[in-house]
Amino acid sequence: MSRYGYLPGLSEGISRREFIKLLTIAAATMGLPVGFVKKLEAAVKSPMRPPVIWLHFQECTGCTESLLRASNPALAKLILDIISLDYHETLMAAAGKQAEDVLYHMINKYEGKFICVVEGSIPTKDNGIYCQIGGKKAIDILNDVGNKASAIVAIGYCASFGGVQSVDPNPTGASGVLQVMKDKPVINVPGCPPNPYNILATLLYVLTFKKIPELDKYNRPKFAYGRRIHDHCPRRAHFDAGRFAKEFGDEGHRQGWCLYQLGCKGPVTYANCPTTQFNDVGVWPIGIGHPCIGCTQPKVGFFLPVKFKVKPQEAVPPEQFPPITVKQGKVTVAGVAAASAAVGAALGAAGVIATRLPDKREVDHEGKTKES
Amino acid sequence: MLQETKFEVMRGRIVTKTFLFFAFFVILMVIFLTIRFTEGLGAVTNLSNGYPWGIWIAYDVVVGSALGCGGYALAILIYILNKREFSPLIRSALLTSALGYTMAGFSVIIDLGRYWNTYGFFIPARWNTSSVLFEVAVCIMAYTLILWVELTPVIADKTGWDKKKIEKIVMVAAVLGLILPTLHQSSLGSIHLISLGKLHPLWHSGFLPLYFLSSVILMGYAVTAAESLISSYYFKRPYETHLLKRLSIYMVYIGIGWVIMRFLELLLWGKIKLVFTSGFLSIMFWIEILLFVFPSVMLWQKRHELTPRKIFVYSIIYLFAGALYRFNVYLIAWNPGNNWVYFPSFMETMITIGIVSFEFVIYLVFVKTFPVFPAKEV
Amino acid sequence: MKGKPKNPERRKFLKKGAAIAVGAALLPKSLNASYKGPIDEWYAMLYDATKCIGCKSCTVACKRVNHLPPELGRDGIHDMAIDLSARTKTIIKLYKSKDGSKSSFVKRQCMHCVHPACVSACPVSAMQKDKKTGIVFWDRNRCIGCRYCMVSCPFEIPKFEWDKAIPHIVKCDMCKDTYLKEKGTTACADVCPTGAIIFGKRYELLYEAKKRVKKYPQRYYPRVYGEKDAGGTSVFYLAPKGISFQDLGFPKLKESPARISETIQHGIYEIVVPPFLTVGALYLVLKRSEKEE
Repeated sequence: MSRYGYLPGLSEGISRREFIKLLTIAAATMGLPVGFVKKLEAAVKSPMRPPVIWLHFQECTGCTESLLRASNPALAKLILDIISLDYHETLMAAAGKQAEDVLYHMINKYEGKFICVVEGSIPTKDNGIYCQIGGKKAIDILNDVGNKASAIVAIGYCASFGGVQSVDPNPTGASGVLQVMKDKPVINVPGCPPNPYNILATLLYVLTFKKIPELDKYNRPKFAYGRRIHDHCPRRAHFDAGRFAKEFGDEGHRQGWCLYQLGCKGPVTYANCPTTQFNDVGVWPIGIGHPCIGCTQPKVGFFLPVKFKVKPQEAVPPEQFPPITVKQGKVTVAGVAAASAAVGAALGAAGVIATRLPDKREVDHEGKTKES
Repeated sequence: MLQETKFEVMRGRIVTKTFLFFAFFVILMVIFLTIRFTEGLGAVTNLSNGYPWGIWIAYDVVVGSALGCGGYALAILIYILNKREFSPLIRSALLTSALGYTMAGFSVIIDLGRYWNTYGFFIPARWNTSSVLFEVAVCIMAYTLILWVELTPVIADKTGWDKKKIEKIVMVAAVLGLILPTLHQSSLGSIHLISLGKLHPLWHSGFLPLYFLSSVILMGYAVTAAESLISSYYFKRPYETHLLKRLSIYMVYIGIGWVIMRFLELLLWGKIKLVFTSGFLSIMFWIEILLFVFPSVMLWQKRHELTPRKIFVYSIIYLFAGALYRFNVYLIAWNPGNNWVYFPSFMETMITIGIVSFEFVIYLVFVKTFPVFPAKEV
Repeated sequence: MKGKPKNPERRKFLKKGAAIAVGAALLPKSLNASYKGPIDEWYAMLYDATKCIGCKSCTVACKRVNHLPPELGRDGIHDMAIDLSARTKTIIKLYKSKDGSKSSFVKRQCMHCVHPACVSACPVSAMQKDKKTGIVFWDRNRCIGCRYCMVSCPFEIPKFEWDKAIPHIVKCDMCKDTYLKEKGTTACADVCPTGAIIFGKRYELLYEAKKRVKKYPQRYYPRVYGEKDAGGTSVFYLAPKGISFQDLGFPKLKESPARISETIQHGIYEIVVPPFLTVGALYLVLKRSEKEE
């Protein structure tokens, strides 16, 4: 299917049934009704699909790897297929000058039409010399490619918000795409790695509707990142009842209680992990007993220690009720001591003065007798 | 006025050990006050939503201003009852009053949560004449000013201002100085009329203003007597025993009258059973009554052989009686219900101590700068 | 009289005293007359404890609408206020009898009294009662933070922000500037899933409350709290049968505490002060005639 043929026959193994199933899941992720599946199908099958340039910078390639090694290979096939992938350093057969030539040929030919997918953060410190491909700095490559793209999709936490390498002291000045490309439409699909369905849904959305989906303040598609993990967490009942795992492997942990006290960032992290889950078998971090690390939330994932407890921001009703009268107010030992000392000192001073005052009647204003 | 009596400046260094002792607490107060004004009232006090008023109100304002009523009580004697012989005491009494009231005003500013809005007292549209506190606040503000005006002759003695001009203003001030404390000291009792159901019925009654007013006059005499004796001792001056003896008799009259009023009210309003059935508060009630009765009985019995020491001891007991009564009304017998508890915190108490120390510091400086005490030679 | 030495200063003094006292008596007695607004038309709420299921939607809605931060309980996580506070304008409390056989929820918030003690107490008119709607509200531009409103309120409603350098007094104002303005009702009444709390005009709700008590004597404690209690309130309460309002934490008050305070305070101005003035004036006249003689 691919124009240059380095990704031969990836979609050949997908049955129609599987194909529709995947599209349906993608539609559900986007919150679209079933009727839209047909529209999505048409967009995918359209021969006029825009090409995609997939750039890699400072990263571990985990996003691509997790995508390729999805338990349902059809998903990866579909993603790689529908997007007419024309440049992907991990997947393409070409190398060296040949590959770079292809890149520049493509961006000039499809200027303003192709989609640029970015994986990995961009070093900005010291003029960005810390990541270079073929002698070219990452920031220059992004500027060259990104400025000619119709839209940029930042995949993963690194490309979206700078990633683990942007945590203090941030030696390379790692930045997300949004911080570098200020005047291009950027869609962030954060996650470490992001859910493949979110990638699929985002790309399908752009392809089908020829526009950028509704984004939140961090440029994440609202359909996938609109709600908190906490709000849809299957362990939420335990949170509300105050049942918490205190240590990994303790009784509460084995009972599947809330992981908040282990440092779960669910209460402040916006993502659809609890509902979409990973690997098609219903697993995800909290599901297997690990607290959410907040990998879709800027300044949360990697920035906060895993054990750090975040503060829930909204008023949440607890199960308990206060009684009509409750004992309230403070009595401190130091306070009692100070007050007693003050009263004691006053009494003592009065006593001392009293003993020094004369107990004789004759002492008078006229000064007949001097004071003793 | 008061030309007959000569007054003189105390001699001696200003910075003494006593001065430094009190100054230490003042510095401590300043540190704690910094916390109060940056972190809020909760950071230094144990005040709570149940007990919005603590010792800053009960002691610094209510007891503090009562202790500052020496000038008022003496003025009643001198101007209304025409007992001119007490005029040698007036200057030091006025000074204590002025300091007491100034510090009470200072405590109020510390205690007010939104002190920057106090200018509202000068905007008639905001006046709420139904509010007892409004009257108290306006009267106390005016009275503090008046006390300092009344003290201007003292300063004029030193600076040599034209005394004739000052005298006229001081005269008007003295008249107001009689009316205003009558109003606001009784109103300090009326404040808790509205605490119906919160203040224990042994203390809550329509006569609260009367009890507060009469006991404040008693406290005024007691504080004048005690202060006169202490300063005579401290500055090595002759004792004014013959005046204080007569003051003591007035104290006995008021003290006994006050106790009779309390019991009459409890009897007539059918609350007399409560003096035995209120548990801890019954005990507080009896301590309070005893503190009024005991010195009265003792002073009356020994009225012909009063010595400086006896007068001092019984005056101090009267002061504790009046203070306990005020504490009972403002804190101990005042219960918001709902199981609230309150006891002042360390910093809260230290600020109160700091305010009292501040008063001492200014007093020491003032009497060594201006002629306050009657001259030794008459 | 004759034998006593005359003291010209004292006479001057008394004269001026009388002049000032007469001047004071001519001041307006009270600027704040008692409320004679359209009491029946005032906004009101009715809380029916027999309908409340304790879901706390009202608390959450109140916090959302009025932008109040959560009051974290001992676990540091849940919004678990144990009482009304500067962060909680309304709260659901639970009454349990000692043997545990009887229980009832109760919602607490400002009662919006007909004759509010807080309004009477506030020295600078920062607590006010809207004459048209009957809502008791707080004016941040006037408040001096003296907390006399907290001392005076028989229901312990106004709360203070103890942890702030610039504190506010916080109390329910029937969503005056928020929900009521947009939706014409209070947030708590709007979200209540069982209709345990309803919003309306005072006379309508009083009628409704009395009707319920009369119709279901087996269900209700035979009285409506707030009709006359504490001088009348704009928030009415119905309790389940067998549980009194005192059990639910309401004080037994026949009249507003403000009434006794105002009566005596004005009494001092009006009854005690004039005789003194008269005696003073008479004394002056006598003195003068004596002098003329």
